[in-house]
Parts: sequence; structure tokens; C-alpha cells
Amino acid sequence: MCLAVPGRVTEIEERDGTRMAVMDFGGVVKDVCLEYLPDLAVGEYAIVHVGFALQRLDEESARRTLELFEELGLLQEEFGDPWEAARAAEAVGTERGAEEAGR
Amino acid sequence: MKYLEEFRNPELAEGLLADIRATVTRPWALMEVCGGQTHSIIRHAIDQLLPDEVELIHGPGCPVCVTPLEVIDRALAIAARPEVIFCSFGDMLRVPGTDRDLFRVRGEGGDVRVVYSPLDALKIARENPDREVVFFGIGFETTAPPNAMAVHLARKQGLRNFSMLVSHVRVPPAIEAIMDSPDCRVQGFLAAGHVCSVMGTAEYPVLAERHRVPIVVTGFEPLDILEGIRRTVRQLERGEHTVDNAYPRAVRPEGNPAARAMLEDVFEVADRAWRGIGVIPLSGWRLSPRYRDHDAEYRFDVGGITTCEPAACRSGEVLQGLLKPHECEAFGTVCTPRTPLGATMVSSEGACAAYYLYRRLSVPVVPLSAQEASRVG
Amino acid sequence: MADVELLTETGVLDFSGWSCPLPLRDHPRVVMGHGGGGAMSAELVENIFAPAFGGQAMEGLGDSAVLHLGGARLAFSTDSYVVRPLFFPGGCIGDLAVNGTVNDLAMSGARAAYLSCGFILEEGVEMAVVDRVARALGAAARAAGVEVATGDTKVVEAGHGDGIYLNTAGIGLVPAGVDIRPQRAEPGDVVILSGPIGLHGVAIMSVREGLEFGVEVRSDSAALGGLVETMLRVTRDVHVLRDPTRGGLAASLNEIAAAAGVGVVITERAVPVPEEVANACSVLGLDPMYIANEGKLVAFVPRDEADAVLAAMRAHPLGAESVVIGECVEDHPGMVVARTGFGGTRVVDLPMGEQLPRIC
Repeated sequence: MCLAVPGRVTEIEERDGTRMAVMDFGGVVKDVCLEYLPDLAVGEYAIVHVGFALQRLDEESARRTLELFEELGLLQEEFGDPWEAARAAEAVGTERGAEEAGR
Repeated sequence: MKYLEEFRNPELAEGLLADIRATVTRPWALMEVCGGQTHSIIRHAIDQLLPDEVELIHGPGCPVCVTPLEVIDRALAIAARPEVIFCSFGDMLRVPGTDRDLFRVRGEGGDVRVVYSPLDALKIARENPDREVVFFGIGFETTAPPNAMAVHLARKQGLRNFSMLVSHVRVPPAIEAIMDSPDCRVQGFLAAGHVCSVMGTAEYPVLAERHRVPIVVTGFEPLDILEGIRRTVRQLERGEHTVDNAYPRAVRPEGNPAARAMLEDVFEVADRAWRGIGVIPLSGWRLSPRYRDHDAEYRFDVGGITTCEPAACRSGEVLQGLLKPHECEAFGTVCTPRTPLGATMVSSEGACAAYYLYRRLSVPVVPLSAQEASRVG
Repeated sequence: MADVELLTETGVLDFSGWSCPLPLRDHPRVVMGHGGGGAMSAELVENIFAPAFGGQAMEGLGDSAVLHLGGARLAFSTDSYVVRPLFFPGGCIGDLAVNGTVNDLAMSGARAAYLSCGFILEEGVEMAVVDRVARALGAAARAAGVEVATGDTKVVEAGHGDGIYLNTAGIGLVPAGVDIRPQRAEPGDVVILSGPIGLHGVAIMSVREGLEFGVEVRSDSAALGGLVETMLRVTRDVHVLRDPTRGGLAASLNEIAAAAGVGVVITERAVPVPEEVANACSVLGLDPMYIANEGKLVAFVPRDEADAVLAAMRAHPLGAESVVIGECVEDHPGMVVARTGFGGTRVVDLPMGEQLPRIC
């Protein structure tokens, strides 16, 4: 139901009254029907499912999403993983407790 | 491939995972509806990375798995007819009907052809005017607009020898049915990203509100799935239950209006049986009366079909998240990907096949006597 | 010829003895999956051919057989070529027919010396096509250093063949001290792959009707005898060689793991997949691990010889991109496991039948 991949429009033509595009998927070239995205232009990206372009890919959205992921990674680097930090503290506490008990 | 590789970058996964770990304080059960998401999770072993508190229940998002047995048997009967060229997506070829599958029909002389797109089936119809070309139109809302276009073009171009056997299913009624089930454990949903690319998000707020579950529209690459999980867990921890779009690069609230307009024209909503689950009201689409001339159900009289599921197959319970595959007695013994009892073991993203592949290593399998597993007539 | 009792008295095959119970998948007829090189092909061999032939066949019909004849150790192999279309980017059925059999022999450590070649031609096929295939076959044989010593031609009625079917059989001497077969894989062995995967299968798919797509991918069809000789000069103790044809790398690794009763662990990110192959697979929903190769080999080599073998392979034109992809372990015997890019593990199963494009 969901295998759709992002492709770039390289050519557009009418074929038997149907709007078709030649799309490039990272070096793989395939004919795709553009009837559902009639204003998609050459150079733009769309997700393609079973030979149909179904939705435009928004470059700005993609960039912002990746930025968010990178930010989360930086936070983790800076402050460390709170989960891991808590467990480390716990372990130290336990060791210290054992030391005290051993005296 | 641009817009793909970046969302498979393992270096960015750790930040997402750390945030999930930092947020979660108690166990949560999430369901991903879409089979493509299940496939990605298994393929990249993403669920192995999640903290133990986060459980993923694989939902009935595999159209292969949920196509009713009766429809499969009907397809097999049509495909076996000498005048028919039966065209199908590859996924359907190994799905077991009552006593055979499309591969076997091909072995017995049926002309069964795998196509990548429904437009390929139209081309075959054009090139074979003296044969009946039937296309097996299955899928969720993502595949419905392509299938609709094929029927629309067939009528427009006067391709009288082209017809479609339609068995489309819709996600929102499935979510409703799962939440209404008395044993339901699902607390949050990862909604199917590409379904929403077509349909938009308008159908989901009422479900989130009525059942008090967060619904996060999620993509398919590993980072997208982790992000969907992250946002769902965040909502759950905060006691929120809203619809959130974690796949904005490919999903707009309004979806694709041109596609939805075609769906309105070509299909009408109907009750649909889901294999293993039963009838879910208004959960499917069939061809509207306007397109009856291209409806394979009306064109071919294949007589009464008596279906028979193997008694031991519990895929229905698995599809609803009520049973884990390895808890089924037939799992891994009588029922394997090579010898499947039901569709959840056949399809590469059916929950049972998925579990078979990665759980085999750690989960003990309880043998079932062969007699108990045999079909009841 | 002595009478041969063919079937049971009732003339019906008894499926209940088959090793896997088949509640819904008993196959009274051959289906395409039986030729796919995966689990179903194995069933056909195990349940029909091996019992019927007996002898060496019972040990499993591998890529080639090593036989003793008059004091010599000969490798002997046969393969049939039914590829469609006949001509594809990077080659045709003619060079496949040579390289495929030469490679089968090389996987036993033998340098192919002589080939036989049988043509089954369909009535109506153009002479120009036959000529083109024959020339390609001849050129491939010369490139591989092998001679076509004998052959046969048959013609079948129009509609009963696919233009041209080819069968080649080959023989070659196995050097002394060389014992290369799947059973020899042992825990600790290093798994080396000679180069990027998926090229042949994608090249074929790109010109196959119904799936046409444009892509700059050419079949990697090549004769590997020279590469293997290079490896054997470093050490005679190569344990296993396999060329991952039908069923791809996944099929080969599974067959070896099962034959030797060992586990195999590979690191997904170490397996080289050309970008166009990966993208074609993304579009069609296929896994490169299951796609056919015609000019690659996978080797199981003792750990202490691995560096030297790898270096020798990289010095050879057909092994320039050789890389270590994994190792043999004691755990999960018979199973192939891959470490994913995200750190988890997934089982890489034997392919079921044909690889089909999917929509989900």
C-alpha cells in the first residue's frame, strides 16, 4: 500500500490525452502518470506509487525535518543521554553504598 | 536517491532514540497501521533499538493480508479462465486461496502476469483486443487513485476488454474497529504516511478524540519511523491525543484533491470483509455503478465460491494486535513462510512473516501436532 | 536399456514424505518458483532428482561435481540458459552460457578446459540472431581460455521454445590439495565478496516486458577462472567458493550455512551495492541480496589467510572491489543473519521463489 519512492521530473508530455512524465529515481528512469499533479514541473520532486505521482515533495519541509533530527543529536551530545546518566549515577551510588557497608 | 538516503542515516538515529529514552516513563503499546512501515521496521531492525517500554504492535496495514479469502478465490477462478489475461501486483501471487494461489493457476495454464502499474494492464488490454484483461485492484487509499485512473481511462478510451476486480480498503474504519475491540491494547497510532499523502489528515481528528489516542502521520524510512514513535510517546507521556504530522515533506492536510476527486467518481464506499477480522462497515471501496461495465465482479460469473480457511490459522487475531505471532501454536512449525497457513505469513510485511524472520533466534516454538493443524472440510 | 520403474503403482507422487508439510502448497505441477534457485528449487532436487539418480546426487547437486577418473580429479558441471530477453545490457545468452559453466567449475577450484554446447532453437528464429549468439559464445570461450569441444543442435516447433535455449557442460582439472565445497565452511572463516551485487539481475529486469525502466546498469557476466587461480596461488586451503547467481547472495550464503551446519553473520553496510541497483530495487520493492549476479564470487577463507587472499583478489581486475562482508560462527547453525546499518539484526532467509516487484 505504501511503497512510494521520490523521483525528479525530467520531461513532461501528453500521451493519448494523458499527462505523463519521465522521472529519474537516482539514475533509474521510468514513465510516470502526472494526472494527479498536473502542475508538477520539470526539476520538481514527487513521491511515486505504482507509476503515479501522488504528492509533491516539499524541499523546505525535508530540510527542516533533518535539521530537527540533527538538533536532537546535538542535545544528546551536549547533555548526554539523561537515561544513561541516571543509570550511571545509580551505579556509582550502589558502589559507594557497598563500600560503606564493607567497612 | 535524494529524499531517501538522508532519512536512512544511522548517525541521526541516536538523537531520536535518546529523546525517546529520556521521555518514556512507563510502558506504551503503539500500532503502525501500514505494512510498508512494518517492512521497514523489520528490515532495519528498528524495534530492537527501542527501549523496552515501547512496544510496537503490527497492524493490519498489509492489503495482501486483509484481502478476503472469497475475493482471492474469485480472482483465482477468473484467472483460470482461458480467455482471461489476469494482471496483478507481484504481492498477490503467493497469497493462498482455499486450495491454490495465482502461481499454481499459472502453472495450470492460466495467463497470469505481474505488472508494476495498473497502466501496464491497460496497455496489455490495448495490445490484446481479443482477450479479456482483468486487473486485480487491491490496496489501501494510496493505490486507489492509480487503480481508479486505469478504470477511468479504460472507459474513456473505449477499452471494452478491460475490467478490474476491486477490493480496496480504508484505514480510518480499521482504526475504529481496532479501538472498538474489547481486548484492544493499542494506545497510539502511527498513521500511514502515503495514505495521508492522498487523503490528507481530515479523517483522523474525530478518531483521536473519540478513542483518546494520539495519531501521528509517519513516513517509512527508519528516521521517519523513529520520529513518529518519538512524537507518539511524547503525547502519551503528556496525556495528549491529537493528530500530528511527522511526515510534512510528503503529507499536506488537504492531501491530493485531484486524486480524491477521481476516487469520488470511480468508487463508492462499501462494507468490506477483512480476512481474519470480519466485516468492517464502510471500510472499503467498490466500483460505482457508473463503471459497472468494467467491473470484473459483474462481468464474470464464477458461481458460488465456498471458502475454507485452515482451522489453525489465527491471523485475524494477529492482525488486530490481540495475539503475537509466536504465541500461535502453528507458528514456525506447520506455518512458515514456505508453508503459510494464512496471509500474514505469506506477505513480506505480514506480522507473522516478520516475526519469523527476526524472532526465530530467541523465541522458543511450541510444536503442534500435524493433525490439529489440518483443514476442516 | 533396462526397464526403469517410473512412478508408484498408482502413477501418483506421494507428497507426504516431503520434508516440509505442505498444507496449502502441494504442487502437482511445476511452477516458475521451482526454477528460482531458492527453497522450491531445493525441494525439487531433494525430493525428485536426488532420489531418482542416487549416487553422488544424494549429496546434493551443487554447482559442480568433483569426480575421480583414471587417477585425475575432474570437476564436471552443466547449466542451462533460458534467459529472456536473449540480448540485454552487458551481454547475451551466449556469453552467459560460457561464463556460467566456467564459473561453476571455478567454484570447485578447477580451471575449465572444455565445454560442450547444446542449442535448442525455436523454428522461425532469425539466422542473424543465432549467428550473433554463436559469435558471442565463441568470444566468451576464447576470453575464458576454454574450448567448445562438442555440441548439438535441435529445432523445436514454433511456440515451443523462447527463441533459443542453451545448455553447456564443462570439465576441468582440480589442482592437488584443493578441496572446495560448501561443507568445508567452519566457524571463524572470513566471508569475502568479490565485488558489487545486483548488476546482472537489474540489467535483465530493465529490459523485461512490463517492468521496463531506463538505467545505466550492465550485466557483470564474466569468467572467474583466473580470479580463482590467483586466490589458490595464495593458499590451497580456500574452504568454499560460490557464485551467487539465481537467488543472489542470500541464496548462496544460506546454502553454504545449511550444508556446513554453521551460522553466517554479515554486516549489511559492508556489502557493496551500486547506487543504480539500490535505486532500482527501491522503486520495485526488491532486496539486492536476492538479485542474480553473473561475475561475482563469495569465498569462505580461513581467518589467518584472509588478508592475503583479499589482497590477491584486489590485484585482479575481476576482484578489484573485493571486500570482507562477514564471518562464519557457531551460533544459529544453518542461519544467515545480517547486522543492519542501525545496529539491530535481521535474518536473511532463503528466497522463496521468484523475486517479484511489490507495492507494499
